[in-house]
Amino acid sequence: MGGQLFMGGEDSALLLGDEAVALAALHAGASISASYPGTPATEINEFVRLLNDAEGLGVHCKWSPNEKVAYEKALGASIAGARAMVSMKLVGLNVAMDVLMNSAITGVNGGLLVVVADDPGMHSSQNEQDSRELARFANIPCFEPRDQQGAYDYTRMGFDLSEEYNLPVMLRITTRLAHSRSEVVPHTPLERTNFPVAERGRAMLLPHVSRQRHKDLVERVMPDLTALVNHAPYAVSENDALGPLGVISAGIAANYVEENFNQSPYPHMALTVVNPLPDQRIKDFALRLIGNKVYNLLVVEEGYPYIEDGVRNILRDFSGFNIYGKLTGHLPRTGELKPEFVREALGLDPLPNAGIEVPAELLKGRPPRLCTGCPHESTYKVLNAVKKQVDIPIVTSDIGCYTLGYLPPLNAIDTCVEMGASIGMALGAAEAGLEHVVAVIGDSTYTHSGMPCLLEAADGNLPITVIILDNNTVAMTGFQPTYLHGDDLVRNVIGMGVSPEHVKTMKARPSSHEDNVKILRDEVEYKGTSVVIAEGPCIHAARKSL
Amino acid sequence: MDGKKDIIIAGVGGQGILTMAKIIVGAAFAEELKLKQPEVHGMSQRGGAVYTHVRLSPDYVNSDIIPAGAADLIIGVEPMEALRYADALAPDGMIVSSSVPVENISDYDVGGVLGFLDSLDNVVLIDSNQVAIAAKNKQGQNIAVLGVSLPYLGIEREVIEGVMEDIFGDKGPDVVAANLRALQMGEEAGAVYRR
Repeated sequence: MGGQLFMGGEDSALLLGDEAVALAALHAGASISASYPGTPATEINEFVRLLNDAEGLGVHCKWSPNEKVAYEKALGASIAGARAMVSMKLVGLNVAMDVLMNSAITGVNGGLLVVVADDPGMHSSQNEQDSRELARFANIPCFEPRDQQGAYDYTRMGFDLSEEYNLPVMLRITTRLAHSRSEVVPHTPLERTNFPVAERGRAMLLPHVSRQRHKDLVERVMPDLTALVNHAPYAVSENDALGPLGVISAGIAANYVEENFNQSPYPHMALTVVNPLPDQRIKDFALRLIGNKVYNLLVVEEGYPYIEDGVRNILRDFSGFNIYGKLTGHLPRTGELKPEFVREALGLDPLPNAGIEVPAELLKGRPPRLCTGCPHESTYKVLNAVKKQVDIPIVTSDIGCYTLGYLPPLNAIDTCVEMGASIGMALGAAEAGLEHVVAVIGDSTYTHSGMPCLLEAADGNLPITVIILDNNTVAMTGFQPTYLHGDDLVRNVIGMGVSPEHVKTMKARPSSHEDNVKILRDEVEYKGTSVVIAEGPCIHAARKSL
Repeated sequence: MDGKKDIIIAGVGGQGILTMAKIIVGAAFAEELKLKQPEVHGMSQRGGAVYTHVRLSPDYVNSDIIPAGAADLIIGVEPMEALRYADALAPDGMIVSSSVPVENISDYDVGGVLGFLDSLDNVVLIDSNQVAIAAKNKQGQNIAVLGVSLPYLGIEREVIEGVMEDIFGDKGPDVVAANLRALQMGEEAGAVYRR
């Protein structure tokens, strides 16, 4: 990977969807790439960091403690006059919702691109929420590119649109695009130039200001954007085929449709702008179908029936017209979209296959597991030993490699909900009257969202024990750096208000098992807030840094 | 390559599936083929079953993932994993697999899996560990299996070797040579199986 290839412009490169976004942001002159690690978005900022290091670009691409901080950083940079990108996984947007919603009211100065990677089928997530709904909720434009080239092109366009309409712009991708590699032809990079800082009051949302801005957003800006996308060539791609059924798709779903068309296409409208929806063009498409005596329309998309709902609303006055999709059972309502599901919905026979019927008993699941030698395993064994001596009614836990401690044979933890829930829920369980509640949280999860929970627990000296797994890395997502480790973490925990004599450190390794059982048991039995830091390096992170 | 080539590469996390994909994709790119190659990251990789799809074509590739019934070739670095996607195989598709199981689960019927694979018509099954040892490249089982699949890739061996020299180049000439040996001996082992 050389400087010429990526920053000189014209050659083509094989890039993951995530990498295409990263490259495009740099080529669009972004000076800030803000992010928190989260599959399938992690590789966006990783690639920015790789290129930044290799080429000495001077771009700010530090990992923030959480997505709210990352988005706030991007907004601040935008108001200051720079182009900024913030990227995150689907649930990361939940963490940044406050700033997302309000950044639509403040507006932007330098272009602000919000890249969200959804995960239909939950390859690595707790749910499969659809970020397009949140773009609509926030009243910001949303692009949904179809392929890796589109991920590059629409990222660049997103910054321009953001500045033209004074709004953050969302770019929504899914796992299959984020983590799929294909050829991308970059365009000439822009020089990085900043605007002057925004005028005073731009980012001030006292109610009397917000009322006017919100009114303007919904009554003028969104209708203007709708008019734009009803004409812009980049919003919609449409063929002129005839067929028994019309199809409207969005993003990569268009590929699954075209894959099945092979040599015989049906009328197909592929959307790449999904908020606002190009309503007039959708109506025109329906009219074209009706003109050819076709009254059936299939909507194909990855995620919630978001386009389908929108199309139903747009075509509500078209009587005698049938709209099919996830809501009618023609496509699966949940899980990841696959080309064979689309094939069936199009009314085509399945492709013949080799007819190999593997006996079910030969194929076993291989669930993910902690690596051999992982420090979390020693810690969980200590916890399990203490559970035999003290009645621990619930072990609340959190998100990371350590979540795998739920599975057999460890069965060490009981809950995992979202970032920081371990300590938060432990507080609630203690207030509900449970004694000896234990929360297990990772070091990066702690700095992401655990700290305010510990503050509350310590203030009331609630009888919970928090085990912080300090492996000095954000492991599951690819070994990104953490903020607090070792003595810094101890000082922080004491700073949160936990009494120093109940902040203990144990070495997370088998040889310390007996000592650790004693340390943990003492703190679990203590009727107040205690923290036990289980310190031990991730076996892979150590290798990666070599 | 005339038409398209859809390849599923499957194994267990840590077996070097993505390196194999990187080589094939690099070769295809050098041949100016269009391609898409989806892969799995994160939770899906922690010792679990992993796969990647490699879709090659002279024309634009639509879907990133290979549709059911479209896979021309399944390359299994682990035998159970080779079988896991067998329902995706096209009628005239091939399965190339290592016979070396990764027994990180409790109820693995090794005899059953290998017996079933061996019974299929369109299979080449080799002991990748033996090939790697013979090639003096214990870590090279994945490359050995790649060698076995060479006749089915539709890409010239020289192009594959060129890409391997690029990819492994900064690990030194010994590593490059060891991997080229594993590739070659894998190809030979495949030829022996077919006889």
